[in-house]
Amino acid sequence: MTSMTYREAIRQTLRSEMNRDNDVLLLGEEIGVFEGSYKITQGLLAEFGPKRVRDTPIAEEGFTGAAVGAAMLGLRPVVEIMTINFSLLALDQIVNHAAKIYGMFGGQTSVPLVIRTPGGGGQQLGATHSQNIELYYAFVPGMKVVAPSTPADAKALLTAAIRDNDPVLFLENLALYNTRGEVPDGEIEIEIGRAAVTRPGRDLTLIGYSRTAAVAARIAEELSTSAGLDIEVIDLRSLRPLDRPTLVESVRRTGCAVVVEDDWLTYGIGAEIAATISDGAFDHLDAPVRRVAMAEVPLPYAKSLETAALPSDADLVEAIHQTLDAVAHRRLPQGPRP
Amino acid sequence: MATRTRPSGASKSVAGPRRQATAQAGHPTADPDPAEMLALYRQMVLVRRFEERAARAYTQAQVGGYCHLNLGEEATVVGLMAALEPTDYLFTNYREHGYALGKGISPGRVMAELYGRQDGVSHGWGGSMHMFDARARLLGGYGIVGGQLPPATGAALAIDYRDGTEIVMCLMGDGTTNIGAFHESLNLAALWDLPIVYVIVNNQLGMGTTVEMASAEPELHRRAASYRMAAERVDGNDPLAVRDAARRAVSCARDRRPFLLEAVSGRLKGHSVVDPAKYRSADDTLAVRSADPVTAFAARLRELGHLDEETEASIDTAALQEVSEAVAFAEQSPHPEVSTLFDHTYATAVPNDSRRLPGAPLFPPLPTAAPSNVTGGRR
Repeated sequence: MTSMTYREAIRQTLRSEMNRDNDVLLLGEEIGVFEGSYKITQGLLAEFGPKRVRDTPIAEEGFTGAAVGAAMLGLRPVVEIMTINFSLLALDQIVNHAAKIYGMFGGQTSVPLVIRTPGGGGQQLGATHSQNIELYYAFVPGMKVVAPSTPADAKALLTAAIRDNDPVLFLENLALYNTRGEVPDGEIEIEIGRAAVTRPGRDLTLIGYSRTAAVAARIAEELSTSAGLDIEVIDLRSLRPLDRPTLVESVRRTGCAVVVEDDWLTYGIGAEIAATISDGAFDHLDAPVRRVAMAEVPLPYAKSLETAALPSDADLVEAIHQTLDAVAHRRLPQGPRP
Repeated sequence: MATRTRPSGASKSVAGPRRQATAQAGHPTADPDPAEMLALYRQMVLVRRFEERAARAYTQAQVGGYCHLNLGEEATVVGLMAALEPTDYLFTNYREHGYALGKGISPGRVMAELYGRQDGVSHGWGGSMHMFDARARLLGGYGIVGGQLPPATGAALAIDYRDGTEIVMCLMGDGTTNIGAFHESLNLAALWDLPIVYVIVNNQLGMGTTVEMASAEPELHRRAASYRMAAERVDGNDPLAVRDAARRAVSCARDRRPFLLEAVSGRLKGHSVVDPAKYRSADDTLAVRSADPVTAFAARLRELGHLDEETEASIDTAALQEVSEAVAFAEQSPHPEVSTLFDHTYATAVPNDSRRLPGAPLFPPLPTAAPSNVTGGRR
């Protein structure tokens, strides 16, 4: 085990995969000479040269699509899109091409492509630079979407993504880059398509992914200490495929669930989770599935407004208490009806 | 390759592309070989008869979806394909039946794809717009205008990455030159010295929109100048001129100099089979018909003494026969089994991949009450 940041875990994984497989190359804006907008690719140009660490023009559709074509011929390109907001410029290449080519051509060619991109708000970047639109990609069959919340998961899931033969959107988060954790030294891989119960518990199932999985883990610990609550935490890790059995199995034991998500509530990831729980654990639910999500506004610049729009620790704690109150009320012995 | 700075006066002159020609200018066709000319003519007739038969199958509802035909573009089709080595890659847009034939795929497999059958080139998953054959190196027909350009550029990047000798030919219509992917792709190819030939198959109409209505620079090949890329415009109704121009372009691309070729022809019918093309003037329709490349090439071959009435008839009969056999092959090919519906979502299998049919519940249904003593219970 080595202690390192989420950023270092990604960088080291890129390096080790590039050393392992000559077909792995990096493409993106400012990843070489500038060493990455968020310094993920620091040192890699010097180590691997411009053929394998390729600076691109500001042309998301062009270079993401070029990576699709390179992948069709068997390379394993890892594209960095500076933030997930800019992936919208490449939407046609991701949704209409990367995700379709394997199926649309009858399985004759695969697209072993990884798109690394960070989401995240809360940095006063305003409406166009603070979105969490991973849902757009998680909606599409043919895509795989993973969202690690810890440095160890970042390493394991990026390894799996690069070795996978399908297009994988690897969701990072600005707020996670400097977070630190223990990372196993050898090769590790997590199966794409599986969630993790990161903290077992009996009272309530708390579900998050990427940054919100880290928040969920921390809040569960705090509530254990402060209120004696025994909360089970699920880190989705994979948004497509979605590990429905793990969610349902948990709620069948706890009887209630809260989802915390950085995207908007309406049609969001939490909506899919709530529907899944309703389908698979209907008879076990003692309270409605509660979602804590971003306010439905274009995220404002002013700190006061931005803070109000984003899910806070307090929002989450309140949602947990309200859900547990509803559960307690429902579980009261019922007297005779009047 | 290396990251590069391109000082002025380097290989790509500031003055613009090395080759800026207008239709039929400057490149006299080499002494044509009669056998080769006849081979091109046979291909053109095959494409013509295939497309006519495809249109009929479409109107008989044997073919679904959209159906865009190469009618009027036969000279461009066979001229371009004659310039490629079998190992070269081809990306096209959705008007690609003729190119699939030209790349050596059997008419039966192309027709079977139109019929949505198991033996189709894309095994019934693609249809008219999405034909793919790994062995023939046809890396796809693409239905989204401009969508094929970035992947084609990336395929050329992969060739360069591995120091390969193949090239990529990437076809598009005239309407594609105004979409962002066109500019982003040409810029990347020129910046990275990629082995690719972009071909604008200019049939002068994007659905009902003329080139002049859509393009501020209607001489489309001139756009290459923005990327210091070599370019040429050629008469797309002349198969030999197209072949020779394409050979120049391909040879340039093999030397890691991307090329933009524009072949100008006409569209004999509507945008797709269902389009009666009422927006076209009588004069325009007449002009396109009188420039019919199949008729024109036949006349030229007769003039040169390479084609007599008998041979012309036998070529036509052979093409009709081949197309009939293609239809028979398509008709006898099985419909894909429903059990294969989930076979091509992912190349690497992963847990929790959904294999649910539309009416199926996510989880096994809950037990229901015994219906015996319940009136109105659901059966």
